[in-house]
Amino acid sequence: MGKLINDGIRVDGRRVDELRPYRLEVGVLKNADGSAYIELGKNKIIVAVYGPKELHPKHLALPDRCVLRCRYHMSPFSTDVRKPPAPSRREIEISKVIREALEPAILVEEYPRTAIDIFLEVLQSDGGSRCAGITAASLALADAGISMYDLVVACAAGKVDGTMVLDLSDIEDKEGEADMPVAVMPNLNIITLLQLDGILTHEEFKQGIDLALSGCKKLYEAQRKALIERYFKSGLNQQEEAE
Amino acid sequence: MIELLAQGRRLDGRSLLDYRPIDIKCNVIQKANGSAQVTLGNTQVIAGVKIEVGVPFPDTPDKGLLVVNAEILPLASPYAEPGPPDEDAIELSRVVDRGVRESEMVDLSKLVLIPGQKVWAIFVDVSVLNVDGNLIDATSYAVVAALLTTKMPEVEVTPTGEIKEKSNMIPLPVSKIPVSVTFARIGEAMVVDPDSEEEAVMDARITLTTVDEGHLCAGQKGLAGGLTYEQIMFAAETAKIKGQEIREIIKRAVSSVGQRER
Repeated sequence: MGKLINDGIRVDGRRVDELRPYRLEVGVLKNADGSAYIELGKNKIIVAVYGPKELHPKHLALPDRCVLRCRYHMSPFSTDVRKPPAPSRREIEISKVIREALEPAILVEEYPRTAIDIFLEVLQSDGGSRCAGITAASLALADAGISMYDLVVACAAGKVDGTMVLDLSDIEDKEGEADMPVAVMPNLNIITLLQLDGILTHEEFKQGIDLALSGCKKLYEAQRKALIERYFKSGLNQQEEAE
Repeated sequence: MIELLAQGRRLDGRSLLDYRPIDIKCNVIQKANGSAQVTLGNTQVIAGVKIEVGVPFPDTPDKGLLVVNAEILPLASPYAEPGPPDEDAIELSRVVDRGVRESEMVDLSKLVLIPGQKVWAIFVDVSVLNVDGNLIDATSYAVVAALLTTKMPEVEVTPTGEIKEKSNMIPLPVSKIPVSVTFARIGEAMVVDPDSEEEAVMDARITLTTVDEGHLCAGQKGLAGGLTYEQIMFAAETAKIKGQEIREIIKRAVSSVGQRER
C-alpha cells in the first residue's frame, strides 16, 4: 500500500483529479461515413461509423427505428502480451455496454429499417479504453451526421491506495481497489454507462461519480474543439471570437 | 478507363508505372516490439510485432517461429464484415508471409533458445484500417518496416533450462529488405499499385517480391484472368526497378527512427 500515490502525486506524476494527456481528431478514415481517433495516455483508439444503411438479413430490421451495432476490438499488438485476434468474452461485453452507452443519445426513430455500425479498434491499450472508445465513438457518430440529442463522453474514476482518483491508468486499474467507468450526456446530465468493480463506501461512490463527471466535462470541451476543427476549417480562433 | 490506359494514363492522373504516395511511420505502437503504419494513397494499414517464447515445430527444432497475420477490419471498408478472416484476408496474410519468409529476411536460426523445446516466436499482426486497393504491397511494407525496427529482450538460458530476460533490448536479427510490387492487368495494360477502382475492373493480378540484389524471392498471381509470357517478364523487370525505389523509402523511414533514438 502507498506505492501508487505519494504526497498526492500518482506514479505517472498526476494529481488525483488530473486526466492523462489526451488528443482527439475527427475524420481520420476515408471510407467510413464518420470516424474519429483518440489518444488518452497510452490508449490509441480509432473508431468508424458506417450507416445508416440497409440491414441484412432484412428480418432483423425494425419498422420504427434503426438497429445499432457495435464492435469493440483490440488489435493483437495492442497489449503487453499478444491478444489473439478473435473477439474475447471481455470484448463482447464491452461492445454491448458501449452500444448501450451511445444509444440513448441517438434519435433512433429517425432511421427506421436501417442499421448503424460502430467499429472501435484499440490499436494500443491502456487503462480506461472503453471510456476513451465511447468518447471517440460519439464524435464518429457526429461526423457521420447521425442525429443526436447530445454527445456522449466517458471517463473513469476509481480507488487507488485508499484515495479516490480520476482516470485510472493501466497499473492503477490492475493494482488499485476499485474502478468505475462513467459515461454521460453532458448537456442533458444523463448518465448512460456506469460500471463498478471493487468495494467503495457510499461516500466514496459519490466522490467517484463527481470526479468522473469533472473529467467528462474537460473531455467534452476537447470533443467540441475537435468537431470545430474538422468543420470550421478557418480555425478555432474565429469560432471562439464569434461566441 | 481502358481507352485512357491505352494512352498510358490512369483515372487519378498517374502514369502506368507510378505508385501513389507512400508514407511509412515506424514505432507508432510503444507496446509492440516493433511497429509501422503505412499509407499508400488512401490505403492505410498498421503492423505490430509481438515476440514471445514458443515451442518450435517438430520438423524445424532449430528455427524460431515467424507468423504473419493480416485482418481486414470491419472499419476499413463498407464491404468488410466482422468475423473470421475471409479468403481474401487469408491470401493477403499468406502472400506477405511468403515474401518475408522466402527472402530469409529474419534469421530464424538465431532465434533458438533451447533446441527442440523453446524458441522465439515472432508474431506480426497487421490491421487494415482503410481499404483503397493494393493491400498486399501496403501490408508487406508495413510488415517489413515493423520487423526492421523490432527490438527484443536479450536473454540468458541457464543450464537448468530457465530463460532469464536481461534488461537491455537488442534488434531482431534481420538482414535483407524484401519488397513486393503488385501489378494489375486491365485489358492489355499492366499497371502497378492498383487502387480500388482499378481492382474492381482488373482481369489479373500478379505480385512479385524482390530482395536487395534484385533476385526474386516470392510471387503470386491472382484472379481468374491470365498473363502472357511477355507480361510476366515485363513484371519481373519492373518489380526489380520499382522494388529498389521503394526499398530506399523503407530504409529512410527506418533510419529516421534510429536518429530520433540517438
